[in-house]
Amino acid sequence: MIRLQDIEKVYRTDTVETLALSSISLDIAKGEFLSIMGPSGCGKSTLLNIMGLLDAPTKGDIRIDDQKTVRLSDKQLAQFRNKKLGFIFQSYHLINDLKVLDNVELPMLYRSSTAKERTQLATEALRKVGLSNRVKHFPAQLSGGQKQRVAIARAIVGKPEIILADEPTGNLDSAMGNEIMDILLQLNKTEGTTIVMVTHDENMARKTHRLVRLFDGSQVQ
Amino acid sequence: MLKNYFKIAIAVFKRRKFFTFISLFGISFTLTILIVLTAFIDKVINDNYPDRKRDRSLYVNKMTERGDQSYNGEALSFYFLDHYVRRLKTPVKLAVSSDYRGTNTYVNNKKISISYKYTNADYWDVTEYDFLEGKPFTKQQIANAERVAVISADIKRAYFGDVPSVVGKYIEADNVQYRVCGVVKNVPVTLYMLYSDIYLPYTVSKTDYSSNTGYRGGYYGILLAASSADVPKMKKEFEQMVKKLPMSSKEYNKIYCPAETFIPAYLNTGNEDKSGLVYALTAIAIFVLLVMLLPTLNLININITRIMERSSEIGVRKAFGASSQTLVYQFIVENIILTILGCLIGIILSLIVLKVLNNASLIPNLELTLNFTVLSVGLLTCLIFGLLSGVYPAWRMSRLNVVDALKAQ
Repeated sequence: MIRLQDIEKVYRTDTVETLALSSISLDIAKGEFLSIMGPSGCGKSTLLNIMGLLDAPTKGDIRIDDQKTVRLSDKQLAQFRNKKLGFIFQSYHLINDLKVLDNVELPMLYRSSTAKERTQLATEALRKVGLSNRVKHFPAQLSGGQKQRVAIARAIVGKPEIILADEPTGNLDSAMGNEIMDILLQLNKTEGTTIVMVTHDENMARKTHRLVRLFDGSQVQ
Repeated sequence: MLKNYFKIAIAVFKRRKFFTFISLFGISFTLTILIVLTAFIDKVINDNYPDRKRDRSLYVNKMTERGDQSYNGEALSFYFLDHYVRRLKTPVKLAVSSDYRGTNTYVNNKKISISYKYTNADYWDVTEYDFLEGKPFTKQQIANAERVAVISADIKRAYFGDVPSVVGKYIEADNVQYRVCGVVKNVPVTLYMLYSDIYLPYTVSKTDYSSNTGYRGGYYGILLAASSADVPKMKKEFEQMVKKLPMSSKEYNKIYCPAETFIPAYLNTGNEDKSGLVYALTAIAIFVLLVMLLPTLNLININITRIMERSSEIGVRKAFGASSQTLVYQFIVENIILTILGCLIGIILSLIVLKVLNNASLIPNLELTLNFTVLSVGLLTCLIFGLLSGVYPAWRMSRLNVVDALKAQ
């Protein structure tokens, strides 16, 4: 589903050159739930951003669903992300000025869909994460766990084949973290969604199919 | 999509109330100035009362002679209009009127400033004044040098008070008593070739209009063609006549006296090398630019701050499928929503300002209105304003890297 070949990422300033990722090659199968672990600053999030086409590698090749993505234009990348990928962030990144339902509808705005279809899909996604009773609330009125569930609903509303989660339980206590993890596991199991998750939590990582460890930008496991 | 943009735009405006106030104030204040300016220009250019036959008229209001060392330019003499212009074959009528002059008169020990103007009989045929009562003076009355007068509605009220009719009554101007023969609707002072409080037969003029046989004096002419198709022919005939005119003095070697349609004549500088129209358009353009520049720069600045505050939202939108182009569109739409709100306030402000200006009578008889043309110009200005102040911040925002934008929260 996702194939990374010899990925390298270098951050350059006028005086310093920092190697963030070095020779990463990785194959992630369709329907797989993979977790990435490693100490802070080892390049986990950079790798996830590159997989999610939010950042470009300095060197290497990325294929998603057998499609080469390196030379896609801004517009093509946007369409690709919209249709194939869903994102979950540690700090939720909900738009505080929009209600829960509008936040969840957001990815559908960039597809040709009617308002009715958008509302239907967003309501369905919120039902899946158990937040049907919070559609009219604003993000500020929700707990951390509820916010992350809204973020999951937003990630799955467009039925993407891949979900990329950057420390989705990082800001939550263990009970809420487990709730979120259960939702992701359920999603992987019932919908067959491929999930790549960055985490610091060994317990969470153990629940996934495979674990990849990074250290100083290189894959060590 | 638009509904979503609208929702977020309103939410952002509510969140930063002070910024929103500054933006709306800038837009509405600018628009008010521009609408008042447009209303003024529109009134001067498009309101064709009392010269409703502008499409078949040519106006002559200045004669200039110049030499290597000298220059002389002013309005025309009665003699020039009567002797040279009247002999042209294409015009069917020639309206002759003097420039307006001022005098004071007293009613019940109260001083009233009055302007008066001398006209010929054709003046009333070439123009179409609205007579509220009575009628204009006739050729015969002019020939008899009868002391009769057509007065404006304003001067009727100021001099006689609120009485139903004043025809047949006497009004004093410049120490002479004139019998009122008609009352006309007011003409704004901006129409300097047609404005006056009192219109008198040219034959009652104290200065001997016939003794000045030079080209220049204090009179204007309006040449009326049988149809608008005859106007170019009339213009050509006039130009040929001017070409044949001998110089009034040896010190001159060039004569310039155009017969023009209303707007070029209105803006006539008296110099063929310096178009009044170009001067007027340049002055208006500079004024509009200055009025618009400051609020636009201010709005650009505010928009950049506003947009940069929302970099997390930009990152999220990009991650979920918004292209840079889509985001530029979103922010421009948001800015146009803000601009339209500012415009609505601006239009309400303009209505208030126009009412205050009209009531204050700063410019005599100038009734400024907010008509379709003025409103269209105002709305077009708004749209340009919205685009100008939205495009640059939106473009800057669209270049934000998604990862950096997401980190900004």
